[in-house]
Amino acid sequence: MLTRRIVPCLDVRDGRVVKGVRFRDHVDMGDIVALARRYRQEGADELVFYDIGASPQGRSVDRDWIRRVAAVIDIPFCVAGGIRSVDDARAVLHAGADKVSINTPALERPELIGELADAFGIQCVVVGVDSLREQDGEWRVRSHTGDPDRMRAPGRRTFDWIQEAQERGAGEIVLNCMGSDGVRQGYDIEQLAAARAVLAVPLVASGGAGASAHFVAVFAEADVDAALAASVFHNGSIAIPALKRELQAAGVEVRL
Amino acid sequence: MSGVVIVDSGGANLTSVQTALRRLGVEAPVVQKPEAIANAGRVLLPGVGAAAPVMGRLRELGLVDLLRTLRKPLLGICVGMQVLFERSEEGDVEGLGLLPGTVKRLRGEPGIRIPHMGWNALHIEAPSALLAGMPEGSHAYFVHSYAASAASDCIASTRHGERFAAVVQRGHIAGAQFHPERSADTGARLLRNFLAWQPAWA
Repeated sequence: MLTRRIVPCLDVRDGRVVKGVRFRDHVDMGDIVALARRYRQEGADELVFYDIGASPQGRSVDRDWIRRVAAVIDIPFCVAGGIRSVDDARAVLHAGADKVSINTPALERPELIGELADAFGIQCVVVGVDSLREQDGEWRVRSHTGDPDRMRAPGRRTFDWIQEAQERGAGEIVLNCMGSDGVRQGYDIEQLAAARAVLAVPLVASGGAGASAHFVAVFAEADVDAALAASVFHNGSIAIPALKRELQAAGVEVRL
Repeated sequence: MSGVVIVDSGGANLTSVQTALRRLGVEAPVVQKPEAIANAGRVLLPGVGAAAPVMGRLRELGLVDLLRTLRKPLLGICVGMQVLFERSEEGDVEGLGLLPGTVKRLRGEPGIRIPHMGWNALHIEAPSALLAGMPEGSHAYFVHSYAASAASDCIASTRHGERFAAVVQRGHIAGAQFHPERSADTGARLLRNFLAWQPAWA
């Protein structure tokens, strides 16, 4: 049976892993390769590296560290940030990444999703979505979220966008629920369950993990395929081996 | 005869396969020329994306007949395994025909998401030196939407809704639907087993 994935997310800036709260106030968390190796040893199922400086600054992701990670890591990893074209994606994939994740560039030019799917297959193409509930009760997307000063609200409804992304060739959707991100009060089960209901491709939950129980809840109640988290893993408040044992005890299929 | 070579099937995972072998202490060149494959001791055929572009690439490089008549251990990975079969439903393309059967699209159903993406358990169907040290239930990393049925040449199967072939072997021809280069200890074990594999010649 397919296991549920635990995915540490490493925000990368200037070649280091950083983490902020609600996308602000980034704190240095350590060396990329050292952290990647640690998570692989602890039983992470996959890693996501998000170059948070790349998209807002209008530059492509730096590739040297991708090669260094690929040389030592034998679990799949995804690279996000500043991938705007098939050529950008090819460089990242050929450096050793297994998937690319696009967010702002897909909102700006949705055709990019199909171009990547045609070039590399849908299994390589992840669409990341930053989503926030607005005052009228609708969830809508945000772009340029790597830099709070440049963040924009293009006005698209989250569920319209994830369905369009799937139709255009996204092989997986990462839904980052911004309202819960960084505050460790749990994943946004309501939003994720609603997203699950309209998607046929794998869905990755992001934003809000603070305790092992939050992972149990998001798998059991929102039926997501993977759960992504950053600071709780970086700061050691949740250890992946203990988390996986807890998930297994709660009846969630995991790789031990 | 020299060592192991990786066929440049055009996919994006060539580097990953190469670095996985490097972690095992083996330097394997990525090759395009028929001579390089003819002179190799064993051959890896990776592939990502879809069967048609991989077959197109092999045809363009003039490798189809050579691979069909190869007399040395061959391991196809992911789409590289799928093209070992007679046909693939994906793009309705003819494969190398080294293994009987057609690769078909996995049936999605509620709770069974396609692509099949993530870590899933291997169920041992038949003993093989290729599976040495890989106990029942070992987890491997899969990313695919098409698969071969768990038929006669299947030595390990996996279930995602339906049961499909995760590892196949027939004579000196082998294939893994999962990605050994990204399957941690399970994947390293399969690659190591392949490097040491001495198939009985039919």
